[in-house]
Amino acid sequence: MKKLKVFSAPYLVWMIVFIVVPLLMVAYYAFTTDSGAFTIKNISNVGQYANIFVRSIWLALVATVICLVLAYPVAYLLSRMEKHKQGTMLLIVMLPMWMNFLLRTYAWMTLLGNNGVINHILGFVGLGPYKLINTSGAVVLGMVYNYLPFMILPLYSVMEKIDKSVIEAASDLGCSSGGVMLRVIVPLSLPGITSGITMVFVPAISTFIISRMLGGGSNLLIGDLIEMQFLGNAYNPQLGAAISLVLMVIILVIMTVMNQFSPDDQVLI
Amino acid sequence: MDNIVSLKNIVVEFEDGDQILKNISLDIKDKEFVTFLGPSGCGKTTTLRIIAGFLEPTSGDVLFEGQRINDVPPHKRNVNTVFQRYALFPHLNVYENIAFGLRVKKLPEKEILHRVGEMLEMVNLKGFEKRTVNRLSGGQQQRVAIARALVNHPKVLLLDEPLGALDLKLRKEMQVELRKIQQALELTFVYVTHDQEEALTMSDTVVVMNNGVIQQIGSPIDIYNEPVNAFVADFIGESNIVNGCMPRDCLVEFTGRQFECVDKGFDPDETVDVVIRPEDVKIIPAENAKLTGIVESVVFKGVHYEMVVDGVDHKWIIHSTKAEPVGAMIGMTFDPYDIHIMKKVQEG
Ligand SMILES: Nc1ncnc2c1ncn2[C@@H]1O[C@H](COP(=O)(O)OP(=O)(O)OP(=O)(O)O)[C@@H](O)[C@H]1O
Ligand SMILES: [Mg+2]
Repeated sequence: MKKLKVFSAPYLVWMIVFIVVPLLMVAYYAFTTDSGAFTIKNISNVGQYANIFVRSIWLALVATVICLVLAYPVAYLLSRMEKHKQGTMLLIVMLPMWMNFLLRTYAWMTLLGNNGVINHILGFVGLGPYKLINTSGAVVLGMVYNYLPFMILPLYSVMEKIDKSVIEAASDLGCSSGGVMLRVIVPLSLPGITSGITMVFVPAISTFIISRMLGGGSNLLIGDLIEMQFLGNAYNPQLGAAISLVLMVIILVIMTVMNQFSPDDQVLI
Repeated sequence: MDNIVSLKNIVVEFEDGDQILKNISLDIKDKEFVTFLGPSGCGKTTTLRIIAGFLEPTSGDVLFEGQRINDVPPHKRNVNTVFQRYALFPHLNVYENIAFGLRVKKLPEKEILHRVGEMLEMVNLKGFEKRTVNRLSGGQQQRVAIARALVNHPKVLLLDEPLGALDLKLRKEMQVELRKIQQALELTFVYVTHDQEEALTMSDTVVVMNNGVIQQIGSPIDIYNEPVNAFVADFIGESNIVNGCMPRDCLVEFTGRQFECVDKGFDPDETVDVVIRPEDVKIIPAENAKLTGIVESVVFKGVHYEMVVDGVDHKWIIHSTKAEPVGAMIGMTFDPYDIHIMKKVQEG
């Protein structure tokens, strides 16, 4: 046991310097004025942005659900392929991740733009142009596109561990393929579902690049709001810290609720 | 027409081109206890998978009550399996594992409770209902697997080495119990084991397999007393197998000496396998014996002693209730009807 503690020392230092200290700093800023006096005005001011919070949570939720619906069958098929094919297929799924995040999102801008590729093609068959970019739909699309692999991976990794013989046992006992899915695959992949939801929902609720590039001015998210307080014209780091703190609390509450659904011995975070 | 399952010329080839089953044909009668017996890797599990529907034969037909069922998926076959590696559901407790098939059939909760309770009693796992299956010992998991399949009362139950993980005492108890249930519920059991004693004591019919080929089908008594070739003889009980030839009917020559026997119908001087059971070797004084040897080792086996005796061309295994001292020179003889002559098995 002693030895293990020695090995964990560098990680402990890392955690203190890069996680605990910044967190304390955020908390400090959130509860002080710019002259350093204690106040709860920053926190109470967050309330006026409630609509942005609601929009962020809503869009992140929609994106997470779409990711889950898309990723689940993909992950399942992937996990049931022959072992040597799984590697290649996984690589293809992960391939978009190798491209720069900004670049990927820029690509969607040129695709969705009012004079973009999609409207151009639709124009040939006499349709459109439609307003695709600068809509909340475009923001959700950007989230789904960017975070889908984060849903597929944890799902795949739990499904891959489901023994084929357990699936055979279920069909031996009378389950059609739908029954096998419902009675065996879904319950056994629950830990993957919860961790996939976490890994998509958390970055989606706090993103600002995607909403900035695909959402235009009318689809501000919490991430944009925070960024504006630190780097934008609205410069107000105290308010930014307060918004961050509230966001963290919201995420924490949602994750705690999520963990109620995963089996005792597989708690996340 | 009381065959419940028939296999007709089943061939199984896997992608690498290996033939795992080579033209298997077999009829299983309703309410029969059939046991597949054979060494590891001979294709027993593969045969069960064909009957259960997890594997489609490369060629050949599977019939269930006379109907071809090659294309019927496993969940529509009135067959349940006790898997060799249990394949229990890790997310369910013992009770829910056993109740699984009944829940799929949407039976009323009261009947499920009753039938699962019955099974728990039978496999000696009362009080374990709430346990997760991962926290059970291998033998307990195996018993859950048996209960989970048996609770459905399928017409045909496939059991793939269902007692392999149990200790000897529990194994014997479960053997009796399974046989009782099979007869009481009038089920057809297709049982796999590589324990020959288990096969002989439990079955109506034994199917001896080797290398994807059925060697012999018969009642336990037939298989033991009249093995058709040296492989079966060797696999069922221990045997002395020596090369010999038949100078004429009812006379066999091996280890350079000639003995009277009761087998006929071989070509003159045809080379044959001579099989003699260890308990059929009689020990006589060395002086006037045709065949002699030196006792090499003596091991006490409970009821009898097992001796290895070094004859000139062959080491004889002898079972006898009397031990001879190691190093002693003894004589050996055989009754004519204890000498079994078998055609050589064609290799390949
Ligand atoms: N999916 C597969 N692909 C290729 N070969 C296979 C496959 N499944 C089984 N085999 C081969 O088929 C042969 C028979 O296997 P099987 O499992 O039927 O043996 P068994 O008689 O049940 O043996 P044991 O007593 O060890 O369980 C083995 O040589 C095995 O390697
Ligand atoms: Mg097997």
